[in-house]
Amino acid sequence: MIEYLLCLILFSVGLYCILIKRNLIKIIIGLGIMEYAVNLFFILLGYRSGGQFPILSKDVFAQFIRPDKSGNYIFVDPIPQALILTAIVIGLAVTCLLVAIALRIYEKYGSYDIEDLNKLKG
Amino acid sequence: MLLMPLFVAIPLLGAFLNSLLGKISNRISDFIGNLVPAILVVLSFFSLFTLKSLNFTPIVYKMGGWVPPFGICFVLDGFSILMLITINIIALTATIFSIPYMEKYTDKWKYYTLFLLMLTAMNGAVLTGDMFNLFVWLEIGAISSYALVAFGTEQEELEASFKYAIMSSSASLFILIGIAFLYSYTSTLNMADIGKILLEKPNSTLVGFVSVLFLLGFGLKSALVPFHSWLPDAHPSAPAPISAMLSGVLIKSLGIYALVRVFFNILGVTNTLLNIFVILGIISMVFGGLLALYQKDLKRLLAYSTISQVGYIIFSFGLGTSFGIFAGLFHLINHAVAKALLFLNSGSLVYSTGERDLEKLGGLKEKMQVTAATSLLGSMSVSGVPPLGGFWSKLLIIISALNAKHFLGATIAILMSIITLAYYLKLQKMTFFGILRQQWLNLKEAPILMCISMIFLAGLCLFLGLILLPGVKDVFLEPATKAIENGVEYSRIIFENIP
Amino acid sequence: MIKKSEPGMTIIVKTITRYTVALILLFGIYIVLHGHLTPGGGFAGGVIVALSFVHIMLAFGKETAIKKMSEKSSGILESLGAILFVTIALLGLTAGYFFFNFITGQKPLETSFFRLFSSGIIPFCNIAICLKVGAGLFGIFLALIFFKKND
Repeated sequence: MIEYLLCLILFSVGLYCILIKRNLIKIIIGLGIMEYAVNLFFILLGYRSGGQFPILSKDVFAQFIRPDKSGNYIFVDPIPQALILTAIVIGLAVTCLLVAIALRIYEKYGSYDIEDLNKLKG
Repeated sequence: MLLMPLFVAIPLLGAFLNSLLGKISNRISDFIGNLVPAILVVLSFFSLFTLKSLNFTPIVYKMGGWVPPFGICFVLDGFSILMLITINIIALTATIFSIPYMEKYTDKWKYYTLFLLMLTAMNGAVLTGDMFNLFVWLEIGAISSYALVAFGTEQEELEASFKYAIMSSSASLFILIGIAFLYSYTSTLNMADIGKILLEKPNSTLVGFVSVLFLLGFGLKSALVPFHSWLPDAHPSAPAPISAMLSGVLIKSLGIYALVRVFFNILGVTNTLLNIFVILGIISMVFGGLLALYQKDLKRLLAYSTISQVGYIIFSFGLGTSFGIFAGLFHLINHAVAKALLFLNSGSLVYSTGERDLEKLGGLKEKMQVTAATSLLGSMSVSGVPPLGGFWSKLLIIISALNAKHFLGATIAILMSIITLAYYLKLQKMTFFGILRQQWLNLKEAPILMCISMIFLAGLCLFLGLILLPGVKDVFLEPATKAIENGVEYSRIIFENIP
Repeated sequence: MIKKSEPGMTIIVKTITRYTVALILLFGIYIVLHGHLTPGGGFAGGVIVALSFVHIMLAFGKETAIKKMSEKSSGILESLGAILFVTIALLGLTAGYFFFNFITGQKPLETSFFRLFSSGIIPFCNIAICLKVGAGLFGIFLALIFFKKND
């Protein structure tokens, strides 16, 4: 239970960064922290106690898997791991795009401060 | 039915062929960029006739032959086919418009690649039957639209795109947390399966918590009022055909479609949720309408008008009656066509004069006849002037509000209608009527391809009221209403129809 | 004495890079090809392949790195990877469904489990993803490094 609360605290730290900080690069880092918190939460959901990594292979099969009381093998849930791989790639693409936009904003406006970006009003 | 994955495969192939071959010359990227939406329009009408011959029972397609719930499935029912036809027709007009318009920007092949990726994402989102697949298509469409909003790389466009990107990414993270909670309770990701398990083991705390998360996430993507502040910056800054696509179909397919599908068919609506929809819809109507009265920039006024009209659609869905859902769907189609037409008109104005400020334009009716006529038709359709399409859909919304005994909502809808007419008349007067200024004496009309798109959309605006005739209504709107109205029976129907 | 500034890092880094960068590339390709047997697969292997090119750029400077893989060739490889992936998916249509596993374990392509040439279309999909991700990440890096001020 405690690890899910820690994920929530990490998510709040990321949200604080996006809302309060004034530098563009710090906002991008805050978005990254939020993404890490959500990915960690999803992977922790897949854990089964006493489980083994979910890979079938010939020689590892008999040696390392420990059966439980009724004789079945316990594996950790593999679906969250596959989904989070996709989510990590999506997060990478968004970060790359945001960094490219931030570079060009510095070239056009001359500063990284969001208080100076005030061309659009009304 | 073999055609369903082609809706996703053909634009994806087109986008990457364009990125490979389009660098050689502009003509090749024009050709690929226009061939793909044309093929998709033909395919979508063909799917409509196939579905009609099966009497609109949903068609389920198993990806890779894996039986759901172990695999991903694509589901085509009445609501999906309506959205597919709308998306592909408006995409075709936008690409025809952008053949002469994008000559003013550099790197046309990059534009067509991103456009076709956005089209892939919209087609995939309305066809899918799996929750995480919906999230992936949502993200692909969002990322390509961030890049398209910043396409001109001027100062304002970059600032608008950054703000839009940060807000929309945070919303996607809320959606992902909601999907995580649903997965941990039901241990499956298939939409029909989640519905079935939630019926067998109901848990109102979990459903309430997940509903709030989804309302935050999907509400930001469809620009409901507490989460609307990215829209007046992002939609004016994009190039004109992209503004037409964003305001016309992206908000509707990635925002309103996903909201309605998740809440009506999977989680099940409660009275609290319908009240929240009604309240958010009324607030959006009022805010969007009142703020649009003060705008001096042409495209910013149209963006605030989008917020107001989306409020009408969500208000109508929130009434909860079958008539309300019918009226909401009809207003969705009308608004998509009319708003795309208005943004394309603003594009042709920018192409000829280079100005977007309302106080500097005036009296252009004598020089640009096609633009003036189609703009008049579009504005009157959104304001609700008979006999154009928008009049019928607004009338149906007000009648369904009165039927559901929601007198406050009906009064506000009528008042906002009058205010909508006011600011559209202001727009028409300040751009097209009035005195012609000195600097615009040598204007020419927009090129012929742009005029073709605008005339086609204006024709649709005029004749869209005919969709209410008894024969046509049963093909387009009735199956969509029935698919949403089925509610949580969706899961049982899908499981019966797996081949 | 005035020292002429050389691009890249010191000579120790350059010597070791000459020996190890090929091994890093090979390790990335190993992770891609064994994607159906061990953890990893297309995306992780593609990132390692891109890292080997970035390593050359960090150690030797921008000019040398762009001679190894220019912006044009990274763009072409990236599009080829994506087209290959969609083609494999569309070829499954010939045997029934989109993304269908048309390389089954029957004659003449007999396989058994846990060998390198097994599990259907997954190794080919992994190779396509590795091409796209590797070339794509290196292309992003090149675009950000060579960003010039243009007015």
